[in-house]
Order: sequence, then C-alpha cells, then structure tokens
Amino acid sequence: MTKVSMTVNGKAVSGEVEGRTLLATFLREGLGLTGTHVGCDTSQCGACVVHVNGQAIKSCTAFAADLDGAKVTTIEGMANPDGSLGTVQQAFQDHHGLQCGFCTPGMVMSAAALLAENPKPTEAEVRHHLEGNICRCTGYHNIVKAVLAASGQDVGQIAAE
Amino acid sequence: MPKDQGIGARSKRREDVRFLTGAGRYTDDINVPGQTYAAFVRSEVAHGKITKIDTSDAEKMPGVVKVFTAADFDGKGGVPCGWQIHDRQGNPMLEPKHPILAEGKVRYVGDAIACVVAETLEQARDAAEAVVVDIDELPAVMDMKAAVKGGALVHDELGSNLCYDWGFIEDNKAATDAAFETAHHVTTLELVNNRLIANPMEPRVALGHYNRAMDDYTLYTTSQNPHVIRLLMGAFVLSIPEHKLRVVAPDVGGGFGSKIFHYIEEAFVTHASRLINRPVKWTSTRSEAFLTDAHGRDHVTKIELALDKDGMFQALRTETYANMGAYLSTFAPSVPTYLHGTLMAGNYKTPHIYVNVKAVFTNTVPVDAYRGAGRPEATFQLERVIDKAAREMGIDPIELRRKNFVGADEFPYQTPVAVAYDTGNYQATMDVLEKIADLAGFEKRRADSAKKGLWRGLGVNCYIEACGIAPSNLVGQLGARAGLYESATVRVNATGGIVVMTGSHSHGQGHETAFPQVISEMIGIPESQVEIVHGDTANTPMGMGTYGSRSLAVGGSAMVKATNKIIAKAKKIAAHLLEASDGDIELKDGKFTVAGTDKSVDWGSVCLAAYVPHNYPLAELEPGLEETAFYDPSNFTYPSGAYACEVEVDPDTGKVTVCAFAAADDFGNVINPMIVEGQVHGGLAQGIGQALLEGAVYDENGQLLSGSYMDYAMPRADDVPFYTVDHSCCTPCTHNPLGVKGCGEAGAIGSPPAVVNAVIDALQRAGKTNVTHIDMPLSPSRVWAAIQG
Ligand code: FES
Ligand code: FES
Repeated sequence: MTKVSMTVNGKAVSGEVEGRTLLATFLREGLGLTGTHVGCDTSQCGACVVHVNGQAIKSCTAFAADLDGAKVTTIEGMANPDGSLGTVQQAFQDHHGLQCGFCTPGMVMSAAALLAENPKPTEAEVRHHLEGNICRCTGYHNIVKAVLAASGQDVGQIAAE
Repeated sequence: MPKDQGIGARSKRREDVRFLTGAGRYTDDINVPGQTYAAFVRSEVAHGKITKIDTSDAEKMPGVVKVFTAADFDGKGGVPCGWQIHDRQGNPMLEPKHPILAEGKVRYVGDAIACVVAETLEQARDAAEAVVVDIDELPAVMDMKAAVKGGALVHDELGSNLCYDWGFIEDNKAATDAAFETAHHVTTLELVNNRLIANPMEPRVALGHYNRAMDDYTLYTTSQNPHVIRLLMGAFVLSIPEHKLRVVAPDVGGGFGSKIFHYIEEAFVTHASRLINRPVKWTSTRSEAFLTDAHGRDHVTKIELALDKDGMFQALRTETYANMGAYLSTFAPSVPTYLHGTLMAGNYKTPHIYVNVKAVFTNTVPVDAYRGAGRPEATFQLERVIDKAAREMGIDPIELRRKNFVGADEFPYQTPVAVAYDTGNYQATMDVLEKIADLAGFEKRRADSAKKGLWRGLGVNCYIEACGIAPSNLVGQLGARAGLYESATVRVNATGGIVVMTGSHSHGQGHETAFPQVISEMIGIPESQVEIVHGDTANTPMGMGTYGSRSLAVGGSAMVKATNKIIAKAKKIAAHLLEASDGDIELKDGKFTVAGTDKSVDWGSVCLAAYVPHNYPLAELEPGLEETAFYDPSNFTYPSGAYACEVEVDPDTGKVTVCAFAAADDFGNVINPMIVEGQVHGGLAQGIGQALLEGAVYDENGQLLSGSYMDYAMPRADDVPFYTVDHSCCTPCTHNPLGVKGCGEAGAIGSPPAVVNAVIDALQRAGKTNVTHIDMPLSPSRVWAAIQG
C-alpha cells in the first residue's frame, strides 16, 4: 500500500492505495466520488473521464499511486460555487444531451476539455473529439448540439431538437 | 407561445441536475456495511461436461469468505422463463432448466460455474482464478439450421435443439400457399438479422443483503422492472415470500431490454448473502457483460412476397430460424413469435400472411428482447423485400408502398396476423417524410456526391409496431405467464403537493419530468408540485416495469386513472366546503368552482381539509387523499412512421457514410416533445449501428470474437449525422386516456431497412444491378466485396 495525496475538486485528500488501484477506483471507492463512472475495461467508453492537471484523461487507465500531488477535477467539481450548473452542464440540460446519465459525467468532462482548448469548435470537431466517449442513449444529436451551444454558437438552425 | 407547463411542454428534465453533477445513485454507487464482493468463475468453452471443480486452493486465499458451486443451490429453482409458446401441433415448447450455477454441463462461454465471495473485489478476482475446473469439451452447437437436423445437443434431456416450430397463423397457411401458386410475381429474399449486444453504458450490478434479525432480503439491481424480478426470483428460484423480499432498482444507466430479464447473478447474491450472513455485491465488467447480458436479434429468414401485376400485395410467407442461445431468457420465446409474427402485415393490406418460426438452442449467450424486440426483425425483412419487389417490378419504392397502405379511412384495421390497428395515417406520414427529407432535392445531392467520386443512395421505408404492452387476458392466451397491466398510487399531501408511486421504471426515459406534466395538466397545478417515485418494491405498487414503449401508454394511463379518482374525491370535499352538489363542481387551474358562480375553493384548501377534516363530510367520505389504480390496456398501441436515409458509398473502400436521416413518426399525442425526439435520436443511432457497425460474432467453437469495444463497433459521435425528426402526423390512440402510443423503440425499428435500402440503391444506381442485398452490418469489407461482385 502506498499513500497518495491529491487535490480533488479543490480539496486536499489522501488515501492508501495498492499499486494496481486505478484512479477511477480511488475516486469512487476511496473518496466516495461516485459521479465518475466505469463503463468498460478496455479504455474505450469514456464514462470515467476526469481532468488531471487540466488535461482530460480516462481515469480507468491511470494508477492512483502515480498521481501523487496531482490536481484532479471530477464531475462533482464542475458546478458553479453557488451550486448552479456550470456552462457545459447547463447546456446539456437545456438541449437534452443526456438520458440515462451514465455516460454524462465523462461527456461533460470531455466536452469541457475540448472547449478549453478550442472555444469555437465546428460540428465535425465536436464529433471527432467525442469519439472516445460512447453514449448508447442519445444518438449524440443533442450532445453535439449542447457542446456547440456551450461554446456560445447559435444552434437554433440545427434540425429539430 | 409554447406552453411551459403540462402536456405538450418541452419541460427540461429535473433528473438531469443530479446526473450532471455526479449525484446520481446507480446500483454500483451503493455499498452496505459488511459488504463482500463476488467474482464468478465462468466457462471458457462453449460446451462441455464438468468433470471436476476444485475450490480448495481458492478457499485458502486471503480474504476469501466462501467459494460457491451448484451444490450450494441444491433445492433452488432455475431462473424461469416467463413465456410459453405452443408449437404448430399445439405442444408446449421445450424448456430446459437454467440453473444459477452450472450443473454438470457448461453451455456457453461465460456460463457461471462457481463464484468466489471475498472481503475485497481484488481478492475475489484473484481467488476465482485459483478455482480449478476440468471440462470434457463437447462439440459446440452453433449453426441453427444444422442444429435442428441432429448432432450434439445443448440439453441432452430435451432430446432436440428445436425449442419450438411455430406457425402463425396456422389456419392461414393453406390460403397463403394457394395465393403464391397464382401470383403474378413473387419476390424472395434470404437475409440475416444480425446478432446484437444491447450495451447499456452501465454494466449490470447486483447487491444482495440478507438481514438475519429481520429474516428479510433486499436486492439492489440494475433492472427495468424490479417487481418482475421480485416475483420471478422470490416465487420461482429462491422461495422467498414477497413480503420478505425488497427489490430496488435505483438510477439505472440504460437498459434497451437487456435489463428486463431475471439473471442468475441476482439470485446468486441474494441467496449467497443468506448463506454467509453478509451482503454480497457483484459488479459486471464490460467484458463479462459481453459474455452474459442477453443478446438480441439473431434471426435467419427467408421471406417471400407475392404481388399481382399492378403491384398489389397478395400474400406474404416467411420462414425464420431464431436463436435462443443456450437457455431460455425471461421473455425470449415471445420475441420471434408474438412480437414478430403479429407485425408482419406492416403498414399494408396483404390479405394472406403466414409466418413460420423455428427457435433453436445453441451454445451461445441466451438471446432475448433488445430495443424493438421482434418488431425490428419483422420490419427489416418486410421493408427489404418490398424494396426488392419494387426494383424487380420497375415500380418506385415509395409508390409501391403507398399503393398498398392501409387507408386512413380503414381503421380500425384487422390484419391477417391477429392484431387490429386502432389508428394511423400512413399516407400522411409519408407526405411529411417527403417534405422533411427533401426527397425532391435528392437528385441534386446525388450529383454533388458524384462529383466527389461517391455513390449516393436513398432508402425509404415504413414501420409499424405494437407497443403499450399489453392486454393481460390476450397475452395470457398467447403464453405469457404474467399480467401486463401497470399501476400507480397518487398520494396528495396535506399542503397540496403530490407524490406518484409508479410501477413504471425510468432508466433514461425521463418519467420524473414527463409524468408530472400529465398531472399538472389534469389538476392545474405547477409540475414542480408533483414528484415521481419509482424503482423500489417497498414503496411502489406492483407494476410490470418499463419495456416495449409501455410506460406512458400503460403506466401513464394508470396514473391518469388514479388521478381521476383523486379529482372525483376532491370535488366531493370541495362541494362540502362550498355547500354545493359535487356534480356542480368544476376543476380548472387548480381551483374548484361551483359552475356558473364565483364561489370557489383552491386545490390546497381542499387537500388540507382532507387531512385536517374539521369541516368535512366524515359520515360519507373517508379523510385523506390517496388513490391507487391498476390499468390493463384493451389493445396494443400502434405507432408508425416513414423513414428516409441518404448514404454515400465510397466505391474504392466500400465505406458507407450516413449523410442524412429523416424520421416522420406518428406517436399519437405527445407529452414532452423534447423527450420524444431524444428517444427517436437514440433509436436511430442504434438502428444505424445495427445496419452498419454492430455484430456479435462467434467462431465455430463458440468463442465470442466481438467481446469488447475494440471488436464490437458501437456507434460513436462521428458515425452519425444530425437527424431530422418530426411527429406532427398525429392520430391519437383510441383506447387509452392520453391518446399516446409510445416512442421508445421506433427509431431502432424503422432505421435499419432505411440504411440498407439506401446502400443497395446507391449500388444499383451506380450500375451494380446484380447487388440486391447485403447482410448487416454493412461493413466496408462487405460492401466492397459486393461492389466487386
Ligand atoms: S471506464 Fe474508462 S474508458 Fe471505459
Ligand atoms: S445518456 Fe445514457 S449512455 Fe449517454
């Protein structure tokens, strides 16, 4: 067992982990941050995406022990300080970008990372960026629309919501 | 101005707030003090006799609490099948036992042989690897047509791999055959409806908790229908009376049918918890999900359509081999039969129809309902054969469909395959489609594609489905071992807020938002005053759950019925308060008024009076305001639609790109258009996935080759376009109070034939006239091979 300390959603945390403990497991089981989901075991689905030191990563592919000192943001850290939904979250609600909600934390984290890098992405760029996030419910229409809307673009012309 | 409350409003989903902030509560998020973890030892071969299970090494490993084998379930039942089919001779289907842990034989890769329960998940997994299992391998039964001719048996005691040979309707057979004899033209098509894996993004989880002090059980599980699980597991598997068994299905991350069924893991954790007197949790990995979640589709079909010289359909005949897998999953036998044969009339007037289905056991994962369940299989073959017939006869495919439609004035329409459609307007739906898909502009778009060296094609088709499942007495006659009503308890609180306890279950459908819209409309109070409770047998009335696009049509109707009882009682209270007769009381905008006067009392005051009955007609009326209703539908509902897909085919690589997809649906009345459109979008992606990407592939030894997201191609954001969807053509259902039909499966039912028709169209227009069919998924290699001829 190794001791790791991180800053998660702005709070200092620490815990004992095995060498094989994944970041996703540490967040969910160790810290009780169950918003980060695990949807696969081959690093394909993106339900587990979080930000580590400002980069979006799949938390099922990172070992917690390797991330001593890291700054981690999870879906639980995305709302505004007053508890209201952040921009990307709000756009997902406004445009019905989620149904069962299981892929949603990863989608939001992934979309937020895209917008940080590319504040006005095209539809094609959004679709390409979200390739690593599988959603089985929405058919992606409203997710793509939500991300474009979150970037401040007018989505009024996009085919029926 | 669009409405912002009630029926028809695009109310934003209230459940989103918790899902968007990481505050959802899915089954795997639940942990119980003292919990242990289960890891299954699963068969690595498709078929074999178990000669030895040695658990001794595993038992000594750190943290291991107990290693379970079939012996620990002595005297317990197998997981039951909920539907019994009778074959052409009237004999019941063959029905094997499906034990919790394998008894003597393994029958598919993934079949559970033993299970380790340990202090941690890692310890359980490590010890599971130390369980030694010796298996004498037997030949794997894989090919359905070969399997019914003899050879190895999946279940020796059954004496055959043929589960049933079903004819529908047997009495139609002679007349159908005769119509083929005299037909002007017969179009024949052989096709495969590819095997799919539902893949809800949340893998299955089951957490069993036996409480010795109370002698009761709680099962937390990823289910679409907790009451059904309680009934099946309690009554048939573990003999636990229902008052001692609580089943909770909290937030569930998608289902698409695969979470309807009662799985062995649920029974395992529940019983194991009793044996070790500690909670037991099992969380499926995605790899395990591929190997153990019920698969869908997997039909091999020959369909023949007889037409007269004008293209009028004369008769339809099909023969289908339907894969059941190794055991009968909960509703498996009903899928290729009553959810498939009954839909073979489609949107058309075909006088004679005969459907034959042979259901076959193979050494594969059990196959059961997946989004659409039987109806996509029916729609696909019918709409493909119509397209082929149109080409053969030189008739425009849309024209051929329009000629044969059931006319708007012909409803109710009795089909030759038992069901009677209540409403529809297929010409009008097709009109909408032609407009929203801009079919007139196709030739120009085709020319633009050609400039890029791409072959553009247009595929159009219709669909009909039977939803709102289902009239209990009818399905009882057809072999269902359950009723298919739905329930709701409407509890009005003293200060006027309402809680609805529903037997429906939401795993993405947005009931928590849409159901309050209905009540808000009925009473005239804000939606925010209504809360929906679902998913827990401890606090909801017995309900059958959510599948088959039934929640609103059946569950919503139960809620309306209960709310009507509430309103009737509230009017009596209001009448007393207003010193009037209850027949004169009107309810509008949350206010009770004596008709023709300005005397009124508001909703809140009536509710308060019900619970603080100081001024109250206690002699005639009980205090309180709470009502329960069960609703049993009198017919199925029949959503229908017309879909159009445009594709570009790259002739050099065979790659197909979906450029545009338009869906014109008739769902009857719509409560929340935003949610309805989202349901269609999701279905379309799944249908496009089936047509172009997805396929569960086994090798001849029964190894699942497509066992992960690296091998099973899920549709991703850049595989699909923005869709154009429209549900303005509305013929309300005539037999439920909301006039709703259901929208959950339409997209997945209607889209595969549109995509395939489009690809064939592209190839035909490019001169590849010998290509009349390609089996799904239309992968680049298959399309490329077809182009090469
Ligand atoms: S759980 Fe990390 S990619 Fe699927
Ligand atoms: S909302 Fe269910 S998987 Fe995306």
